[in-house]
Amino acid sequence: MRQPVHEIAGVMAVMPMANINTDAIIPSVWLRTATADLGKGLFGGYRYDEDGRERPDFVLNREPFRKARILLADENFGCGSSREAAVWALVQFGIGCVLAPSFADIFYENAFRNGLVAGIIEPKTYRALLAAAHAAEATSPEGRIDLASATVTGPDGVAHAFSIPASRAQALMRGDDEIAMTQQHLPAIEAHYEHARAEAAWLFPSTLQRSSAP
Amino acid sequence: MQSNVHEGNAHAGSGARTPATVFDKIWDAHRIARLDDGRDLIFIDRHVLQETTSAVAFDGLRRDGRAVLHPELTVATQDHIVSTEPGRDENTFPIGRELLGLMRSNARASHIRHFGVDDPRQGIVHVIAPELGFALPGSILACGDSHTSTAGGVGALGIGVGTSEVEHVLATQTLALVRPRNMRVLFKGRPGPGVTAKDLILRALSVLGVAGGRGCAVEYAGEAVSALSVEGRLTLCNMSIELGARLGLVAPDERTFAYVQGREYAPSGAAYEQAVQAWRALRSDPGAVFDQEAVIDCEGMAPQVTWGTNPSLVASVDGRVPDTSIYADARQRESAAAALRYMGLEPGMALEDIAVDVAFIGSCTNSRLSDLQAAADVVRGRRVAPGVRALAVPGSLSVKREAEALGLHRVFLDAGFEWREAGCSMCVSINEDTVASGARCIATSNRNFENRQGVGSRTHLASPATVAASALRGRIADVRKELRQ
Repeated sequence: MRQPVHEIAGVMAVMPMANINTDAIIPSVWLRTATADLGKGLFGGYRYDEDGRERPDFVLNREPFRKARILLADENFGCGSSREAAVWALVQFGIGCVLAPSFADIFYENAFRNGLVAGIIEPKTYRALLAAAHAAEATSPEGRIDLASATVTGPDGVAHAFSIPASRAQALMRGDDEIAMTQQHLPAIEAHYEHARAEAAWLFPSTLQRSSAP
Repeated sequence: MQSNVHEGNAHAGSGARTPATVFDKIWDAHRIARLDDGRDLIFIDRHVLQETTSAVAFDGLRRDGRAVLHPELTVATQDHIVSTEPGRDENTFPIGRELLGLMRSNARASHIRHFGVDDPRQGIVHVIAPELGFALPGSILACGDSHTSTAGGVGALGIGVGTSEVEHVLATQTLALVRPRNMRVLFKGRPGPGVTAKDLILRALSVLGVAGGRGCAVEYAGEAVSALSVEGRLTLCNMSIELGARLGLVAPDERTFAYVQGREYAPSGAAYEQAVQAWRALRSDPGAVFDQEAVIDCEGMAPQVTWGTNPSLVASVDGRVPDTSIYADARQRESAAAALRYMGLEPGMALEDIAVDVAFIGSCTNSRLSDLQAAADVVRGRRVAPGVRALAVPGSLSVKREAEALGLHRVFLDAGFEWREAGCSMCVSINEDTVASGARCIATSNRNFENRQGVGSRTHLASPATVAASALRGRIADVRKELRQ
């Protein structure tokens, strides 16, 4: 059971780039140990120079974006590798929702499994939110995400719809445990396995039988 | 299993079965249930683990008191963070010790086969899965790595997953998946000399872009694909994820069946004969519907090399770095300009004028025996250009042994290449194999993202033959000129 998610409200940071890849989100040097501070490594290549000093012009190094809760980006966010640490880094930094016109397939799946809302927005919504965020940059660049109604309210107070499959939104609001849900199908899973073993014995040769495990 | 399920479908209908793609046939044979949210619950025949994406999954199992359901259908290896230093062990790259140790102990505690650095079967997940016969035509294989699509080269569905999904497979031997759409990429025409599977997929990337296959299972077809060896098909399918597709495959044929025969975890004897019968049905039926189709014209095409910071920014090796004004879309223009700035290149430069500091032959894309042979054929009797660091990193210890039996290690060493141990090495650069800031590497790997091979590193992707020729020249080289000599 994970923490149910209903609403995310707070600072909206923008990274107006397409194809932001998972290597950019969390560079591999941050993945060398099981206990690295991934929130610190988020966007490491953009955030720090070669000596590890913050680059002052990068959005997440500026106030109030150090406390960003919502991230707005352009198409194909999260492309590249399957590293779920990209999602963990966003979540550990404090991001609760990424809004983009599209997401890469594996990132999208990883996001939901960690309670990170990946909201798909129309290109015109992207442009409207981008303009509103830029206009409010010096004052109050805050936004609000409401999962039940699948709406995002931009810094200008204008509400827009975002797209999320209803079943996914409900799963987030309930805090579903996917594995527990699948385990309800265990009899059917085992029946499939036994059936396949009988009908396609070639798929389960003697070297891969249960008794053959080390 | 395939034939059985489709007989069932045929009986359920009026006798005429709906034309299906290879992907449909494999997917449907593995579907256990349609879930309430519209996803399919899919049985996973094979699961491959590596050290950098599995530790947290095992933590989750322990936290929730769950066991591994089918340890016998799971194998683990150490590939990402292992040192590739000759004579290495688990301690050679000290920072990696923690994750390597966790892989070993987690596998042991769950009765999972573990092919660590001390096992002759160790290697990159996507190299060893086909090599051991663990990935079979018609099977579905999962692995916590996006290049799992590689297994499509033997006609398997290889699906790359995140760590939560690794945990899900460990606990249930299934994945709950959105059914992807069918896409076919047809390679038309005959490519010119010196053109390999790597060049074909780079070409497809330049045409289709990094999101061209998003949401799709891609079937690669056409004369140029049928003509590829199984190892070439593994290379082709490997970079499906660079197209944005989680799955890519080539329909298995006689060449595939011969490749699989005799491998450690492949069926043998009567079971192999039964398998081949089932595998022969794994063709897309005439009239099967593809939601998306693309044709890549490769008639007479030249070797391909990337010039930018995503794998779709590609040019012919005899071409030039493009002027960003070729992009009509302002955002594309801006991102191409940013890529050129990062890469330290000017529009209009001939690719062959670009000097390289490092040449890397390896990775799950291009580290198999035929890749090393192609590179060795270029390198034999020559010397790496002064000032260039050149690495040859076999994809598995098995590939390394085979290459050494053929004397390829001598060819590389005599030319001034490093001959290293098996691992992901300078592709993911999570170990000590990194490229210095501002240095330029021509690599047989799959990603040329900013900082991918180390902070500030610049990467050009190309085939093993092109990388080998470039190592000798000290500049990006057109391998066709070497072949003519």
